[in-house]
Amino acid sequence: MVFLEFEKPLEKLYDQLEKLRQVGEESDIDVTDKIKVIEDKIKARSKEIFSNLNGWQKVQLSRHPNRPYTLHYLTNMCKKFVELHGDRNYSDDKAIVGGIGKINGDPIVFIGHQKGINTKMRQYRNFGMANPEGYRKALRLMKMAERFGYPVVCLIDTPGAYPGIEAEERGQAEAIARNLFEMAQLKVPILCYVIGEGASGGALGIGLGDKVFMLENTWYSVISPESCSSILWRSWDHKEEAAEVLKLTADNMLEFGLIDDIVKEPLGGAHVDHAKMVKILKSHIKKQIEELSTLSPDELIEHRLEKYGKMGAFTVKKTSS
Amino acid sequence: MGWFNRLKDGITTKTKSKREAPDGLWHKCKGKGCGKTNTLKELEENYYKCPHCDYHTRIGSYDYFDLLFDGKYEIMFDNIQSKDILGFEDLKTYEDRLKSAYAKTDLPDAISVASGKINKKPIVIAAMDFTFIGGSMGSVVGEKISRAIDAAIKIKSPFMIISKSGGARMMESAFSLMQMAKTSTKLAQLSRKKLPYFSFMTDPTTGGVTASYAMLGDINFAEPKALIGFAGPRVIKETIKRDLPEGFQTSEFLLDHGFLDFIVNRADLKDKIGDLLDLFSSSNK
Repeated sequence: MVFLEFEKPLEKLYDQLEKLRQVGEESDIDVTDKIKVIEDKIKARSKEIFSNLNGWQKVQLSRHPNRPYTLHYLTNMCKKFVELHGDRNYSDDKAIVGGIGKINGDPIVFIGHQKGINTKMRQYRNFGMANPEGYRKALRLMKMAERFGYPVVCLIDTPGAYPGIEAEERGQAEAIARNLFEMAQLKVPILCYVIGEGASGGALGIGLGDKVFMLENTWYSVISPESCSSILWRSWDHKEEAAEVLKLTADNMLEFGLIDDIVKEPLGGAHVDHAKMVKILKSHIKKQIEELSTLSPDELIEHRLEKYGKMGAFTVKKTSS
Repeated sequence: MGWFNRLKDGITTKTKSKREAPDGLWHKCKGKGCGKTNTLKELEENYYKCPHCDYHTRIGSYDYFDLLFDGKYEIMFDNIQSKDILGFEDLKTYEDRLKSAYAKTDLPDAISVASGKINKKPIVIAAMDFTFIGGSMGSVVGEKISRAIDAAIKIKSPFMIISKSGGARMMESAFSLMQMAKTSTKLAQLSRKKLPYFSFMTDPTTGGVTASYAMLGDINFAEPKALIGFAGPRVIKETIKRDLPEGFQTSEFLLDHGFLDFIVNRADLKDKIGDLLDLFSSSNK
């Protein structure tokens, strides 16, 4: 396991736990009590650390290399999940995946950014940075969901849409804009979850829905703290400050009314207990779909318009200038 | 006493309509490889285009309104102003940035909305100003577009946005990001009412503005040689670590790749929009 700077106090405890378990497996010594003691210690320490994280620490957690990614959720939440490929026009983007699966017997179309689990795979997945065909594959799948009346669930985890020559040639901006326009009027429920990084238009391109949620240790912003630092401070060194001023945590977003709720992660973060995280997300999705399925297509679209129409902070002066 | 005498007494054009027009009597063309000097009068009489190389100098929202509308037009929603909800501070506070933008531009924000007629046909136009914090899209831009669309729906007229922006306004973080969703949702509503939306892109149109309302026109068109793209050229260059091809992300590049319907010279702009308004309305009514 990888330990972030502020997780370091836990490293020793996890080491001890691992050793104890080995001893337990390899010999007849009963280590149950001792394991319990260490586990309690981990719990107490984690509570301490995780109750007081700043913006930058949340950003680091959202990028934790042991964090579960989209395909992990999909293959573990659904008894059966079939991945579907390609935008039917140009190619199959590797940074956005999608497919069909069932939760509780009901078909759902899933779409999500996908990051790689090792260096080779990270490159293969283009670090979760999609090209236009990724957004167009997403739209193709949403349209299919609409045809059959299946809800759409989007899992967001991207450092941004890919800024490359080919991406511009094939219309990165058009692809994202088109998705926003179509998602605004899709006739089936759309649920969006930020499961890791929620950077800018690349995140929003699959992020417009009836309900938008953020996992506890994720962020959502118009720009990454690094790029913000480089533009406003003209240096990469102010990323921690940028993470603070951008007010990008799930708590901030909920307070601003820009998301609907926060999905709690297991103590210590999603990366310490994948199974539990999958279970939490699965039951959350199930409950949300049940609630949204009572609404007619017209009601869904009307509510979406109302929801996004309200977003913004401005003052209206009494007398026109 | 000044060295020059006025040709005409008093200021005949309102200061409001001259905001982004270059200051002083002389203007040096910024067109690539041109650099020729023209008098401001020559420039103004030529639609703020260089008489030598036809370079389209950046102009402001009121310049476009004056150019396009038949005489009078009504400015709308100018009482909506930005608010520093995040308490944003980098090297400067957002409030200070706003204050200096107000002082510099005399504009209420990076977009102005006007309603009037072009060749006798009604239209609502929202036009952006690059001089106001880089034409950045924050909550005010989103709200004004939203209300402008409502106004167009109310009078059943076509709607047009003249984009000129560096993208989303960082100082409003996720609020500015959500304006992409807000404006797109609103355009979907306009589209469901079967009212045409014309998106006119001018130099520059990048970032979140391109990735939302700028690319969503029933008709997408642009001024010649405008920079139009999603990612800025510098960001792309740093990412791929090689030089960008000649003409990359220009209007001509976008037309060639299928994202624009046509490019229009500023001198023909009014007629072209007049044609569109005529073509998108039945003559037998």
